[in-house]
Amino acid sequence: MESYDLIIIGGGPAGLAAAVAARDNGIESILILERDKDLGGILNQCIHNGFGLHTFKEELTGPEYAARFIAQVKERGIEYKLNTMVMDISSDKVVTAMNRQEGMIMLQAKAVILAMGCRERSRGALNIPGYRPAGIYSAGTAQRLVNMEGFMPGREVVILGSGDIGLIMARRMTLEGAKVKVVAELMPYSGGLKRNIVQCLDDFGIPLKLSHTVIDIEGKNRVEAVTIAEVGPDRKPIPGTEERYTCDTLLLSCGLIPENELSRSAGVEISPITSGPVVNDSLETNIQGVFACGNVLHVHDLVDYVSQEASAAGRNAADYILHGHGENAKQVEILPQGGVRYTVPKYVRPEEMEDSLTVRFRVGDVYKNCAIATYFDDQLISRRKRPVMAPGEMEQVVLQKAKLAEYPDMKHITIKIEEA
Amino acid sequence: MYDVAIIGAGVTGSAIARELSRYQVKACVIEREEDVCCGTSKANSAIIHAGFDAVPGSVKARVNVKGNEMMDQIAKELDVPFKRNGSIVVCTKDQDPKGLEVLMEKGLANGVKGLQILDREALLAKEPNLADDVVCGLFAPTGGIVCPFHLTMGYAENACMNGVEFFLNTQVDEIVKAGEGWQLKVLRRDQKKEEVIETKVIVNAAGVYADVFNNMVSEHKIHITARKGEYMLLDKTAGSHVSSTIFQLPSAMGKGVLVTPTVHGNLLVGPTAVDIENKEGTNTTLAGLGSLGATAALSVKQVPLNQVITSFAGLRAHEDHDDFIIGEAEDAPGFYNAAGIESPGLSSAPAIGLMVAEMIRDRLGLAENPDFNPIRKGILDPDTLSLEERNELIRKQPAYGNIICRCEMITEGEILDAIHRPLGARSLDGVKRRTRAGMGRCQAGFCSPRTMEILEREVPMSIYEINKNGIGSEFVVGVNKEI
Repeated sequence: MESYDLIIIGGGPAGLAAAVAARDNGIESILILERDKDLGGILNQCIHNGFGLHTFKEELTGPEYAARFIAQVKERGIEYKLNTMVMDISSDKVVTAMNRQEGMIMLQAKAVILAMGCRERSRGALNIPGYRPAGIYSAGTAQRLVNMEGFMPGREVVILGSGDIGLIMARRMTLEGAKVKVVAELMPYSGGLKRNIVQCLDDFGIPLKLSHTVIDIEGKNRVEAVTIAEVGPDRKPIPGTEERYTCDTLLLSCGLIPENELSRSAGVEISPITSGPVVNDSLETNIQGVFACGNVLHVHDLVDYVSQEASAAGRNAADYILHGHGENAKQVEILPQGGVRYTVPKYVRPEEMEDSLTVRFRVGDVYKNCAIATYFDDQLISRRKRPVMAPGEMEQVVLQKAKLAEYPDMKHITIKIEEA
Repeated sequence: MYDVAIIGAGVTGSAIARELSRYQVKACVIEREEDVCCGTSKANSAIIHAGFDAVPGSVKARVNVKGNEMMDQIAKELDVPFKRNGSIVVCTKDQDPKGLEVLMEKGLANGVKGLQILDREALLAKEPNLADDVVCGLFAPTGGIVCPFHLTMGYAENACMNGVEFFLNTQVDEIVKAGEGWQLKVLRRDQKKEEVIETKVIVNAAGVYADVFNNMVSEHKIHITARKGEYMLLDKTAGSHVSSTIFQLPSAMGKGVLVTPTVHGNLLVGPTAVDIENKEGTNTTLAGLGSLGATAALSVKQVPLNQVITSFAGLRAHEDHDDFIIGEAEDAPGFYNAAGIESPGLSSAPAIGLMVAEMIRDRLGLAENPDFNPIRKGILDPDTLSLEERNELIRKQPAYGNIICRCEMITEGEILDAIHRPLGARSLDGVKRRTRAGMGRCQAGFCSPRTMEILEREVPMSIYEINKNGIGSEFVVGVNKEI
């Protein structure tokens, strides 16, 4: 069996940044496995700008952002296989993959980085009633058709869900000549970035109806009309609030789900909140030498944070390959409370961690004039005021190794939202 | 002039066509939709019923039990996924267990083998997730689950291989008596032109429209109601929640819903039962889907409804007298009905096919077809191969090394097979029913642009003609900036 020190599953932004960091930290034998025909992942269809403000201090399109990392991978001569689907990962890190040229191949890795990204929630999973005609697309599928293939999937559009891809596609379809009639969002707040609501809806006069959902789809062959209704606090439609929109297209942007089928088959523990692996400060899963980063770990708002996180995963995997682990290192759990839905990572090893650790999370509701508080056991360590926090945007707390060292008997760390 | 024209390429029409192809006959099947298996046959419980439901002595009872017995051989000949997983009708503490005895007696009278009434303990040994209120149940070991798509396609493809012609996208508008035979005035929907098909014998297997055709030629009017059934299909991760098919004892509250694994490993919950006017009303409803969870909970606990991947509705062709109408219309010689085929129509199809084919054989004096080949090979599933075999296949046909549907792990090779076999797929739904590409948890979000590309390359259709399920369901409305 052929073997590599490090196999990275997925050649999107996470996989690319992880590979570069691993090489820069001394790992020669690296293989990236990518199922698409190009490196770059979903960035290749994200032709709008706004990427890279943090990483490169300039505004890039998705393909441009990807191209910078692809160039770094190629400069370093890192090996990759395209059009290659990973079929299985075993708990002892044997990766089974398949492509046209080589058939089914089995590869042994010392360490694996999971960087498979996420997928969109489908109409079926949302259980939207009505007919099942052509013209119902997830926003990302429509984005691929328009941006990669140059085809318009419809002329008159209703969008359910205000996730970022849906917002971006509202603008994109409008620029291509379609009429976007309304964006309906089940929750009382948007799931997307504030800047996307302003730049993609407000600037084009597209109405956003919060606390609304689709309750009927008409059209036996092609979508003919969609009915939306207001929902109450129980998220159930309120009779009498129905509004019918004639249209030929319904786009869905109702959330992203980390794609962890391979992780599960390897025995990786998955968080029910994030649907991603449970990891410690080195982004290592419950299986030694299996790391995770990017949207397979938890859905990010900005690709810059994906790249940062993936670099950490690459460094940590390199460290694991070169030096192994401190066995039985002490581990402290981070408890999310009071509006904090989860944290990544979930565990911190005070003696093994890097000098500083960025802990990322999302909040479960809109919070105004509140603060993010961090406690070591019952001791308040930091308190940072935030004028607005929303579920569509990631928040973070930075933990310092030196500070943790002052609390050797600490049982857990708590991160919570408090009134300012 | 055809000897036989069959209206409808559902499981009933296709089974009749295949059984007829055992004889030397010039036969055709006329189907309004773009593919076989587009009506009731594609949206049902996918159950092979044991046969204890039907009234003893009814046509339903006879063809159900016989169809069930024939299914092993048919599944083998036509390469159709089929499993005898057994079925259980459960009785809860609020229901009268006598209901189970009545069912058992009917089953015995119908000739169903192996029926047993089991107590809660024995039931739990088989099905640990039965609801807490379940006290006893009727177990039928001969109950089974089947792939309804491949059963229908298997019959149709095998009929096609043995010489039966298929007119798809062809709608029968009028039936006229012409001498000893019939003229069918049809609309070729794809070519937008009208034609006349002449035939000695007509078989009416038109599902919810069977009353329309019968009533064109016969004074013995029949009336078929579209009885809607809504279903939810759950992810394969929920597929082992039950292993048998769990029915509810019919009560004053209605027939209840079933919870069953599918032969492909998903979990299926449904159907509702609502009579509707619209014979095209295959939409799901807020009320229907909303009711399924609570009703399912009466028999099975903790059905993981958060793992629903899709929902759908099918229409049963319910005839007013509650029995199948099979045979020649008394006042219309040469016009044969296979009408009112609601549940257990899928289970009964093999028997109905044989029965109608033999009636027509006797009427027309058909001789055996010496070239009849009963074997149809299904689409190769590479997962059934060893690693060496699979790599050999990919070496010869690299398309088998290219995954198109990531959820169901369907390769380009399988999709090419689906397109190029007899009566091959011409739409995304056609590819889906044949290969399962697009039937997984992402519901074609990933594979649909890729499958569209393959169809455009492989069949004489432009990207603007590539559709979901036939004329009018095209995906692409223009190129960028053009609209």
